[in-house]
Amino acid sequence: MMNSTLKNSRLVNRLMTINIGRLFVILVPMLWLATFFFIPFLVVFKISLSEAIIAVPPYSPIFEWDATDEYATLKITFGNYLFLFEEYFYLDAYLSSVKIAVISTIITLLVGFPIAYVIAKSSSTMRSILLALVILPFWTSFLLRVYAWMGLLKKNGLVNEFLMSIGLIDQPIQMLQTDFAVYLGIVYTYLPFMILPLYTTLEKMDLNLIEAAQDLGAKPYQAFCLVTLPLAKPGIIAGCLLVFIPAVGEFVIPALLGGSDTLMIGRILWDEFFLNRDWPMASAVAIIMLIVLVGPIMFMRNGNKEAV
Amino acid sequence: MSLSSVPESISSETPWRTSDATPYVKIEKVTKRFGDFTAVDSVSLDIYKNELFCLLGGSGSGKSTLLRMLAGFEAPTSGRILIDGVDMSHIPPWERPVNMMFQSYALFPHMSVEANVAFGLKREGVPAAQVKKRVADILDMVQLSHLARRKPHMLSGGQRQRVALARSLVKQPKLLLLDEPLGALDKKLREETQFELMRIQEELGITFVVVTHDQEEAMTLATRIGVMNNGVIVQTAEPHEVYEYPSNSFVAEFIGNVNLFSGVVVDDERDSVTIQSDDMGGLIKVDHGISCAPNQTVSVAIRPEKLRIAKQSFDLFDSNVNCAKGQIIDVAYMGSQSIYKVKLLSGNEVRVTQPNVSRSSEDRLTWDDHVILTWDPDSSVVLTS
Repeated sequence: MMNSTLKNSRLVNRLMTINIGRLFVILVPMLWLATFFFIPFLVVFKISLSEAIIAVPPYSPIFEWDATDEYATLKITFGNYLFLFEEYFYLDAYLSSVKIAVISTIITLLVGFPIAYVIAKSSSTMRSILLALVILPFWTSFLLRVYAWMGLLKKNGLVNEFLMSIGLIDQPIQMLQTDFAVYLGIVYTYLPFMILPLYTTLEKMDLNLIEAAQDLGAKPYQAFCLVTLPLAKPGIIAGCLLVFIPAVGEFVIPALLGGSDTLMIGRILWDEFFLNRDWPMASAVAIIMLIVLVGPIMFMRNGNKEAV
Repeated sequence: MSLSSVPESISSETPWRTSDATPYVKIEKVTKRFGDFTAVDSVSLDIYKNELFCLLGGSGSGKSTLLRMLAGFEAPTSGRILIDGVDMSHIPPWERPVNMMFQSYALFPHMSVEANVAFGLKREGVPAAQVKKRVADILDMVQLSHLARRKPHMLSGGQRQRVALARSLVKQPKLLLLDEPLGALDKKLREETQFELMRIQEELGITFVVVTHDQEEAMTLATRIGVMNNGVIVQTAEPHEVYEYPSNSFVAEFIGNVNLFSGVVVDDERDSVTIQSDDMGGLIKVDHGISCAPNQTVSVAIRPEKLRIAKQSFDLFDSNVNCAKGQIIDVAYMGSQSIYKVKLLSGNEVRVTQPNVSRSSEDRLTWDDHVILTWDPDSSVVLTS
């Protein structure tokens, strides 16, 4: 009894010592998340449980209060979700999105790792130049850069012209409106997001560790697999998440570079919202996409904890 | 100092004294250039089996570059290195019978102590049961068995140092390279570890090459010391020899403290020389012969502890051979000994160390005392370069 009161008073003391400054520091991001993430999420979730109607806004109210009869109605439908699972079209789109995102994340990692490695190992003046080059594309609008790729990849575009001029092909290849163009666009756009976290982990790594591994009998590729890769794991995970998450929901790149058969959930979301004006369906698509994304994030976060 | 207990007659303990012994590590005219900068300049050096050889030098002297060439991380620009008779020129680090202990220890942060030590054995393809046993044995030897499952970041500096040592020893290399092995330890731990290193070296019979900038460490550890300066080995000798008979003024000044007087040779006999030194303000007689031209300018080195200091009035003392008059301008009491700075009549400052034999402070020398410094003819060394 004595003991528990002591504990309690200590707890009170501890709570008292959390000063206002600290509270403020926590409060600001909490408020930010609540306003711009959690509340919108609830709104979307609410819309996904309603029905599409022709009105403004274009969905049925969930909760109604009849003041004269003092009568409340709560009308919820899971029809949108059920429809999502009944129509193979949506399932295909999810799978296809995840597939495209996974493949482009792997390609981005394979391309980004050597670049990050070279930057991390170069001299400090060279390093800042190379880093600036990595970030440089951000100075131009993302949309503009994707349009530029359209110019490069189209039938009479620069790439085809070049390949024909050196005699490698006689007919222009169809590159635009293919999955290839989508992969290319995603890898190109998200490469800096892969390089930067990889660079930070590789740059911190002690070069002596690799020499030590070689000194102990590890051939260069063994030293890479046994020392460099495990130590770069936090950077690899961060980079993959930064590429994978936006790539799954990517809309602009498949819309501009992909063909009509490139199924991606971002495009379907757009179509539901703006072409079909079916907000509840679009909301359901968005909610399921979020759930699809939470899985790998949790998985990779656990991996990251182990690495640290 | 470690050698003082070794009888001179046992030549197997001191193979460098016999001309026909085969060196274990042979460095032949090795040069390493980085662009315009010559880090190591045509160094030749023989190291014998079971030696604990110290490369001693300041930063930028080329000692670490030489060590890295032995490990295989740098290729010599010219010259070659033989280990146990095998030319190492085209053998990569991972195939050399050499292991290195890094100054930063370079322990793999993502592996436990055990895994760190086992790393080298696993690369060699040693069977798992044997790996386990050898790792356990070596961890036992460095007294770390109880920490085998810890990660490096959970260890103290001294413990990490021992893991690094165990990791480099477990493969039983022909040659172990140690880059500033005690540099990151505090003074007390450093002294203990010095003796432990010597014990381990004797127990395993592995040839050690140690790079250090700490002359005290080199003196304690080494069977021989190679003093490096500007990419060149300026003297290779046993520790007491390097201290008592430095071959030039760089070595004399780098190892311990020394008083240097420049002067002109006035009398050159077969087994002694007399030097007129204005720096000192008199004649210096040295009882070893040197090869020099008449009237050549030379330096005479005298260690501070070889000087005798006495409070005496100057007019009672008229000799001017191997003696100097001056006034104490600074005293540092160090407990076991005192250091005196004496300003000579010639204006030069001289450092003298004296053991504090007596406890009483009555006859202790103090500031502004007039003193006479004397020394024996065999206490000083003439340096011609």
